[in-house]
Amino acid sequence: MPFDFKQATVNAWRRENGRVGVRNHVVILPVDDISNAACEAVANNVKGTMAIPHAYGRLQFGEDLDLHFRTMIGTGANPNVAAVIVIGIEPEWTKQMVDGIAKTGKPVEGFWIEQNGDFETIRKASWKAKEFVHWATELQKEEVPLTDLWVSTKCGESDTTTGLSSCPTVGNMYDKLLPHGLYGVFGETSEITGAEHICKSRAATPEAGEKFMKTFQAYQDEVIEPFKTSDLSDSQPTKGNILGGLTTIEEKALGNLEKIGRTSSYIDVLEPAEAPAQGPGLYYMDTSSAAAECVTLMAAAGYVIHTFPTGQGNVVGNPIVPVIKISGNPRTLRTMAEHIDVDVTGVLSREMTIDQAGDALIEMVSRTANGRVTAAEALGHREFSMTKLYRSA
Amino acid sequence: MTKQPQLLVHDKADNVGVIVVESLAAGTDMLVVCTEDNSDFRLTAKADIPIGHKVALKDLSEGDTVIKYGEDIGRMVAPAETGGHVHTHNCKTKRW
Repeated sequence: MPFDFKQATVNAWRRENGRVGVRNHVVILPVDDISNAACEAVANNVKGTMAIPHAYGRLQFGEDLDLHFRTMIGTGANPNVAAVIVIGIEPEWTKQMVDGIAKTGKPVEGFWIEQNGDFETIRKASWKAKEFVHWATELQKEEVPLTDLWVSTKCGESDTTTGLSSCPTVGNMYDKLLPHGLYGVFGETSEITGAEHICKSRAATPEAGEKFMKTFQAYQDEVIEPFKTSDLSDSQPTKGNILGGLTTIEEKALGNLEKIGRTSSYIDVLEPAEAPAQGPGLYYMDTSSAAAECVTLMAAAGYVIHTFPTGQGNVVGNPIVPVIKISGNPRTLRTMAEHIDVDVTGVLSREMTIDQAGDALIEMVSRTANGRVTAAEALGHREFSMTKLYRSA
Repeated sequence: MTKQPQLLVHDKADNVGVIVVESLAAGTDMLVVCTEDNSDFRLTAKADIPIGHKVALKDLSEGDTVIKYGEDIGRMVAPAETGGHVHTHNCKTKRW
């Protein structure tokens, strides 16, 4: 009898706003770069918390500032986070970030350094962080439908084996789970180059297809044209891609699009870190193709598990979202197996079908939701990279 | 036990395939499988070709379009014989 995805359940945390989280982090979130030290001091004082330091947050303006707030508020609001301490240099932006996260109903409290200094800020924030840890560690998991999860995807260090094995494995998972209520997302605007006509044709509606083409063209006009040196040949494909056998950007893009399967189509196009608002289904997000930036933006949009196909062996992780690595390259499994969660080398040796590989990934998504630590989590990969749109003032 | 192919092809229309084993040596009589319909044929490798790299399924001349996934992925800028290596030395995007 075929596996009934609709009936499958996992044990996870149902948050105040109804969303399902698969981790139970208490995070210490800096509003800006100069508050990193205080956040790290609090995380050092109170075990069971995690600081998420980053490089920005001062003198940003306009769309770039909006993206900064969307990313930080989204990170705090993510259902994998139980409670949040926010620390900023001054009260105004700190309060703005606290208010954004508080809309989820989860416990959040802000502290600022001006008129307090690091010592007093750390003292007060540590007391609150300890209280949050005691509270969060007593929250009970409950049985929830597997398809209540939000699962993102982005591949990295791609080669020709990703297009043959690990990317269609993710596509098979989406084809099986999206019809039952899963939220999915893919992106990587620069890596669609050469297959933009195919990506447009995979939109659920003509409007979504047009919105994708507008996003794709804006990237060409606003980023590639003004800043290119010769062409993208030196960065797309990357040196790693070329070592792995990928020759052209078209070849890379076609392999990349295997991640959305055979029958799935996207219902809307999201801004970076924008939460999906059209109900369950697949979304396209305008993101960089750089692994850490892309995973950070998808986590900020509310996705709780990331599926990451790799060929040559990208090692990326995320502080709040478990990143599941899938590889079909036998050399990568031989030389860097500690990074891979799902081995689909059998697809290349014809001992495993894509259908079986998809089932193996769904099983790993389910085990990860139930608490299995991913390779990236076990190895301490917590890359948190903000996308910056232009120079600060 | 399944016989393991050395070369996989995505689509019947493709004129290149992908090496899926390590340490493939020139002269190897390769089993080639098309993943679209599981059909197979044999082809002799003309060079030592690394895992993941492409092989010409027929003689390709300068200017020929390279087809993979049934789609145009670029053009030949130098020739490759049947069983020869196709990569950045003889294949380039048409975009730039």
